[in-house]
Amino acid sequence: MQSRSLPYLLLLPATVFLVCFFLYPFVLVAWQAFATDEGEITGKYFNKMVSHWKFEKALYYTLALALVVVPVQLVLSLMMASFVSSMKKGRDLILYIWTIPLGISDLAAGIIWLAIFDQTGFLNSVLYSTGIVDEPVTFLGYQNKGTIFIAVALAEIWRATAIMLVILVAGIGLIPKEYYEAAQVYGANSWQRFTKITLPLLKPSLQTALILRVILAFEVFAVVSALGGTNLPVLMGEVYNRQFVLQDNHTAAAFAMLILFISIISTVFFMWALRTPKGVKA
Amino acid sequence: MSTAPNMVVGQSKAARWSFNIAVILLCLWVLVPIYLLISNALSAPADVNGFPKKLLPSVNTESVEFFIGFYGVTKALWSSVQVAFLTMVMAVLIGAPAGYALSRFDFRGKSLFRIMILMTRAFPLPLLALPMAIMFIKVGLDDTVFGLAIVHTTLALPFAVLITYSLFSGIPIELEEAAWTLGCNRLQAFIKVIFPLVLPGITASAIFAFVTSWNEVFAAAVLTIENRTLPAFLLQSLDDAPLHLKFAGGAVLVLPALLFLFFVRKYLFSMWGIANR
Repeated sequence: MQSRSLPYLLLLPATVFLVCFFLYPFVLVAWQAFATDEGEITGKYFNKMVSHWKFEKALYYTLALALVVVPVQLVLSLMMASFVSSMKKGRDLILYIWTIPLGISDLAAGIIWLAIFDQTGFLNSVLYSTGIVDEPVTFLGYQNKGTIFIAVALAEIWRATAIMLVILVAGIGLIPKEYYEAAQVYGANSWQRFTKITLPLLKPSLQTALILRVILAFEVFAVVSALGGTNLPVLMGEVYNRQFVLQDNHTAAAFAMLILFISIISTVFFMWALRTPKGVKA
Repeated sequence: MSTAPNMVVGQSKAARWSFNIAVILLCLWVLVPIYLLISNALSAPADVNGFPKKLLPSVNTESVEFFIGFYGVTKALWSSVQVAFLTMVMAVLIGAPAGYALSRFDFRGKSLFRIMILMTRAFPLPLLALPMAIMFIKVGLDDTVFGLAIVHTTLALPFAVLITYSLFSGIPIELEEAAWTLGCNRLQAFIKVIFPLVLPGITASAIFAFVTSWNEVFAAAVLTIENRTLPAFLLQSLDDAPLHLKFAGGAVLVLPALLFLFFVRKYLFSMWGIANR
């Protein structure tokens, strides 16, 4: 009897915690987005959100950033993961270096790239010293949305490729070595081994990596604040402005619902696009 | 004989060289930006704001001293440590029993619990700060270290559960059973046999929780005013703070996290290997 109730007892704290501080708050935030303080169901907060002049820009830049950043990270992390798995000497050291950004907060990453792109930053210093420009360029000014976008994209690629790398390296470690040996016996070259063995068997890891990464991409916030201030509006930045600066928590909740919505859409998409057929397991 | 998905062995010298160069370039891509931040943090304020920049820092602590002496910084640092510590304790105390239960028992509702854990990763968790802000005002936890630690624990808990689950799964149940037959009860067996074996891993998951909290910006910025953590403080001073304050602050934020991660690097992969399933 005791050992039948024991697992539930052990799970109880975590379950209670997640119900109280994860599930219930999400219900609460949805309620805030759809209902007034008096409890009346309304769509006016969504109207307010959509009609704000920054709304389209914020949505556009958030999606565009994800669309630019994630594919580059996918290619980069696949490349790094296959490099690492074909290494013998120095594998651990290289892997440690490549996963360093994992420990760096998004705000710190933004500040790091500010050191490069700022008007008195390192990029300008190099361009100036080599005579390419006569005076420092304002990369991050409000009239240069294009260069702010590039700076944010680079900072994001720099910071968050590591999380995909870790997932993919762990995934490659699960693929039986015999497959590669067999393929080699039959004369498959390294590219064929990569496309015919690694990629298909890595599907579950790719799925995890992409779901996680895209959701994080939709949450982009501090990197943008550090590099562009409010010059490059993004959805999470609007949530912050609404909630903290304007104290308008209903419209903030409406923005939150929008982020949640696109996150769920992308999760469902990757679950479908990278599904593993039943009965096929590595 | 090569084993892994091999791209080098058996190829020409040129291929090997281009492989090495690519690896080195990727290392530089990661390391150079960090070097530039540290270099800025170790330069005098005049050099940080000067132009053009030198690539070697003047190595002086003026910027860091200015940062530490800046109004509100030591308080923010202290809040950060407190929140991260509380997060660490809560995540491990709540997460480890769940990880143990998942690894040792088969019971109804197990898959339901796992789905809930996996769900947390499909949601933009920092958004939790919004409803929590309202909840906390009602119960008097607004703008407190403890309130923020609760939100950070929600971020860290799923990973604590997954890491401890993989740790306990790696320890044969026979060890426990042997202890039972020698007269230990379940708790004694756990404390005397299992706990010493998993202690390094538990420490690792504690450190992950600490770093998660230490680095978190959005919820911290929304939920705290007086008790701002370091990231929240830095975020709110982005607009008006001088450059050397930002860079010194960035360096102070980055260094402890890097140091901690160095000690737990080998657990990174076991955590994600299991989290894929």
